[in-house]
Amino acid sequence: MRRFAALLFAGGLGFVLLVIVTQLNLGQTPMIVGQEMLNVAGAQVGAANIVTSVLLAYRGFDTLGELSVLFAAATVIGLVLGHRRSNAAVDPDGGFVLQAGADLLFPLLLVVGCNIILYGHLTPGGGFQGGVILAAAFFVGVLGRPSTGLDHSVIEVIEGFAGSAFIAVGLWALFAEGEFLMPMLDPGTVGDLISAGTLPLLSLALGLKVGSELAGLMTSLANTEAGDP
Amino acid sequence: MLEWIASLIVITVLTSAVAVLTVQNMVGAVAAASVVSLGVSVVFVLMHAPDVAMTEAAVGAGLSGVVMALGLRKLGLWRLEDDKGSAHALEPTPRPETDADA
Repeated sequence: MRRFAALLFAGGLGFVLLVIVTQLNLGQTPMIVGQEMLNVAGAQVGAANIVTSVLLAYRGFDTLGELSVLFAAATVIGLVLGHRRSNAAVDPDGGFVLQAGADLLFPLLLVVGCNIILYGHLTPGGGFQGGVILAAAFFVGVLGRPSTGLDHSVIEVIEGFAGSAFIAVGLWALFAEGEFLMPMLDPGTVGDLISAGTLPLLSLALGLKVGSELAGLMTSLANTEAGDP
Repeated sequence: MLEWIASLIVITVLTSAVAVLTVQNMVGAVAAASVVSLGVSVVFVLMHAPDVAMTEAAVGAGLSGVVMALGLRKLGLWRLEDDKGSAHALEPTPRPETDADA
């Protein structure tokens, strides 16, 4: 009897799902806002990369929310895992292959990360992706030589400065134009390095913030003392 | 041609996703999870979404793999050998002091 009920329930659920799938026009939603953005973004914001103009201009406030979520996560990890006794043993340095690989990767990752951040309004990428690559660039060095570590006070200064810069640009737009994080300055020619108004500034602030936050997070995770098993 | 490449990647992604669940070796499972993200990011490139592909490759394949690997190391589960009858079994044996933090 129970099996029959289960079969009936599964069959009914499958029928309902089938009806929903056939009745809803999935994948053909009326994209009013998206289509409008595609039409006006080039002239209005001046960024060749539409995704960046959506992320930093039309939905800049959402990006600020993402930044605060990331900040909360990094703060919690620092609180829970950041404790370290001063006399705790430090991990031994990595082998030759790891150290040489870290030395080789560091400049490459640094250049790629800066390129992705600074060209965020022209080519695919932007502050977030470039920031993650920057964090990786600094983390491979720590992986090769755990004894050196990263200076957390410098990271905190960069992080705070970048976060405040993002909000400061938003407030500047609020007082000058009347809307928070509204794109300002001359959009310029689409495709030029100096174009899209304040978007490159926001992208740089976002990249530095994400990079310093994730680098600090991974370093504190790597340098935590292992708890007693 | 593109369909064949896409199907190859999808098969690889599905195989790695099953491997994440079935592989006994923890390090292998983390590596397989990274392979899933890497394959998905290639699919994003094929679907003309390079921004999403970059995020997926950087965060999914790079960052989360590193975080999971560090977590394994903190838990003392970082074993490269297979655990079948080897001295480095996954059983809760007392960890040797030098190996645990290496």
